[in-house]
Amino acid sequence: MATVRIPTPLRKYTQGAEEVTVEGANVGAVLTNLETAYPGIRERICDDTGAVRRFVNIFVADEDIRFMDNLDTPVSDGDEVSIVPAIAGGLA
Amino acid sequence: MTQSAVTVPRAALPLPPAAIEMAAKMRQRQGARVSSILDMIGGTPLIRLRRIEADCPGVELWAKAEFANPGGSVKDRAAFRILTDALARGDLGGGVRLIDSTSGNTGIAYSLVGAALGVPITLVMPENVSNPRKQVTTAFGTELIFSDPMEGSDGAIVLARQIVDENPGKYYYPNQYANDSNWKAHYDGTGVEILAQTEGRVTHFVSGLGTTGTVMGTSRRLHEHDRNIQCYALQPDDAMHGLEGLKHLPSSLVPEIYDESVIDDTIWMPTDEGWDMSERLAEVEGLFVGHSAGANVAGALRVAKSLSSQGKTGVVVTVLCDRGDRYFAPMKWEKHYVW
Repeated sequence: MATVRIPTPLRKYTQGAEEVTVEGANVGAVLTNLETAYPGIRERICDDTGAVRRFVNIFVADEDIRFMDNLDTPVSDGDEVSIVPAIAGGLA
Repeated sequence: MTQSAVTVPRAALPLPPAAIEMAAKMRQRQGARVSSILDMIGGTPLIRLRRIEADCPGVELWAKAEFANPGGSVKDRAAFRILTDALARGDLGGGVRLIDSTSGNTGIAYSLVGAALGVPITLVMPENVSNPRKQVTTAFGTELIFSDPMEGSDGAIVLARQIVDENPGKYYYPNQYANDSNWKAHYDGTGVEILAQTEGRVTHFVSGLGTTGTVMGTSRRLHEHDRNIQCYALQPDDAMHGLEGLKHLPSSLVPEIYDESVIDDTIWMPTDEGWDMSERLAEVEGLFVGHSAGANVAGALRVAKSLSSQGKTGVVVTVLCDRGDRYFAPMKWEKHYVW
């Protein structure tokens, strides 16, 4: 199970939860399972083609997936996956 | 979207004396010798977007080149007015430091104006802000205080207020979100300049909301001149957006200076539409501008297209807030920084 950190604008989907735990061997699978548990959240993160929106950053264990394997980036048990809007001050 | 009151070309109303004076002053400024860099704030060029205009035949599209301000952004206007008004009131002077929490354009503007006026500046920012953002302000002699990187920009605001409370008489906290000097800079500057530069022909004004100072001041001045001029405020269409500098008000603290009755309508702008227009402006107009400027032009183009498709004419004016090179993405080895 990975811990997914949810940004403030998306917490309405998670009933206000800042963190949720989801299964998935890579980021794509984590997002699919996130959508199953919290319907509607995926389209806020990904565009129509399934790619992560340009203004959204996803980090696995503090590494930006754009510098790794994007949606194929592996997620290990206990990893923290952070979804972060790409505006200034948004990382912390 | 509100329909324009303009159906046929109409004679522009006579310009107010302030706009006639402004036009004369701006004519003199071309290649002028100035007594201080502060004389270069405002009076920015109004650029016609001829290539983008191909999308809206019959409607003119113009943009204020705010990146031509000496600090590189529209924020120079508010910072200059905030500092000069505070000095006049006695809130600044005698070594009192201006303190604020910003790592962006406002911080650069305060630093430049403070240096030129001899007012010491302190900025509070999260420790993980990128090095270029730290260097650009310290170059002006600005003091930086770092807040907890885990607390983000909110942590910087809290620390700045705490420093003010713990040191009575030492600091002036301008709060640009509630400071009337902010919108007045645009009432006496941007708004009058647009009247002068369009010779009163402006029919529509579009600009994004951040502190809301640009929209409030400019719209008040344009409406005062001619209530038929349509003024639009633009906001990101979602709380989760990538239009830096703009605010999605339904999910934000609404700035005290914002008064909805001043504007005619709101345009809700998707991040992608704004980003795409930033790229297009660079590629077809040679204007490499930031994402908020892209969003502004995309909003102005929506208004212009709507007029054009109804066979109407118009003169639509918007704002290019800053240049795109202020937002180069961090390189791979910098990826743990916040830009």
